[in-house]
Amino acid sequence: MQSGSVPAIAVAHLAKSYNGSVAVAGIDFTCAQGEVLGLLGGNGAGKTTTIAMIMGLVTPSAGSVHVLGTDMARERHKVLGRINFESPYVDMPHRLTVRQNLTVFAGLYGVSDVKTRIAQLADDLNLADVLDRPSGKLSAGQKTRVALAKALINEPELLLLDEPTASLDPDTADWIRSHLEDYRKRRNAAILLASHNMAEVERLCDRVIIMKKGRIADQGVPADLIARYGRANLEEVFLDVARGTEMLA
Amino acid sequence: MSIAAELSGGFSSARVFALVKRYIYLLRASWPRLLELVYWPAVQMVTWGFLQTYVMQTSNAVAFGAGVFIGGMLLWDLLFRSQLGFSMSFLEEMWARNMGNLLMSPLRPLEFVAALMVMSLVRLALGLVPVALLAIPFFGFNVFAIGLPLAVFVTNLVLFGWAVALVVSGLVLRNGIGAEGLAWTIMFIVLPLGCVYYPVGLLPAWLQPISWALPPTAVFEGLRAILTTGAIRPDLMLWAFALNVVYISVSIVIFLYLLGRSRDAGSLVQMGE
Repeated sequence: MQSGSVPAIAVAHLAKSYNGSVAVAGIDFTCAQGEVLGLLGGNGAGKTTTIAMIMGLVTPSAGSVHVLGTDMARERHKVLGRINFESPYVDMPHRLTVRQNLTVFAGLYGVSDVKTRIAQLADDLNLADVLDRPSGKLSAGQKTRVALAKALINEPELLLLDEPTASLDPDTADWIRSHLEDYRKRRNAAILLASHNMAEVERLCDRVIIMKKGRIADQGVPADLIARYGRANLEEVFLDVARGTEMLA
Repeated sequence: MSIAAELSGGFSSARVFALVKRYIYLLRASWPRLLELVYWPAVQMVTWGFLQTYVMQTSNAVAFGAGVFIGGMLLWDLLFRSQLGFSMSFLEEMWARNMGNLLMSPLRPLEFVAALMVMSLVRLALGLVPVALLAIPFFGFNVFAIGLPLAVFVTNLVLFGWAVALVVSGLVLRNGIGAEGLAWTIMFIVLPLGCVYYPVGLLPAWLQPISWALPPTAVFEGLRAILTTGAIRPDLMLWAFALNVVYISVSIVIFLYLLGRSRDAGSLVQMGE
């Protein structure tokens, strides 16, 4: 991991409530440039809300988010071209072909040589055979690779991934993980990864944050957490935290 | 997020063009969408054209012979379709669950609005120009013969259509796809109040100020003046334009406000009913 002087993500006292119901209860963390940070937690723990606030899709009730040194509440437009994301809550327009979708997003992200970039992505993500097929007629694995191609279209310095391998078969999921590892090394990109797949998190992440009821219940390097909890793997640590036996970090 | 924050940053015509390209790809890939653009205006034109022909045979009223019905129908459809063309492109993003992708991209809200306006014009051109041309051989009504005033009528109607569409789009963003019915129905309030087919003087006195507060009223009054007496009414067009400046400004503020409220409420994360 290489750390730049400015963190990729700096979150301070970040909170979000919906009609009095607390989704995120004042959390603080940073993600260095080049770091892969895992965001774990059960359903309703506040992971998606946290990611949405980092992306600027949800306005925090309190606290601040800085991405690559930019205040997302006031100057998000300055940094949106340097980040990207993949999430199960969004989709690619189904009637457009993969090539058309990637061309549109390349235009939105200001990619200079669109044809070359799409050819590179098609090569990297094994999409050449589906480039001219409608996005809605692809298999789940192909759709995930296309969504990843969209997320990488601008070679982002920060990549936000919400369940990137959910509902994929083990082989395709493994292939995606390998590609993410390669991308991070090649670009020194920071990645914030929300996932329920603990094996995936153990493999990809330098550090993890475990959220529970909108708070950070624990955090650390996966191997350190496993050792500290006296468990065999991160999944057992996660279960300890989820069931209320976490240790004070 | 404040309205000022939504407005911050520059304006890129390249990003507007990229989004317009997305809608053009969609139209090209879907013949039912293209057919829909022409179908309803054509049905309207034929219906009102024959009605006008029938009434002309049974009445000596100058208005019927001058094409007030069919002219009103064409401009009414232009008004409705300018709003619908904007709203439909917006709704395509909701239906495709693509709004998050757009709002997380460098695309600024005003660039998004600009792309929707361009597509509204493209849809209008595809749907109404052929129908207006068909009205010439079928019913001997040439709307283009109105000349320069026609451009002023069109500008005013399109601006008002966009103003309404902006508010509808903001409401759909804030309240979810369940509010999409507004896109299909809200403009119909203008049909009686905007006096599309009859003069404002026909309305009860208490309703007339409300009618005059709608820019289309001045346009349709101006259309009737040209068709029946040949008089051009710049006063009406200036009134309509002044109102439109207010309406479009307020509607942009409302759209940005509702976008900000959607970010507050978290409704952009999961777009649905």
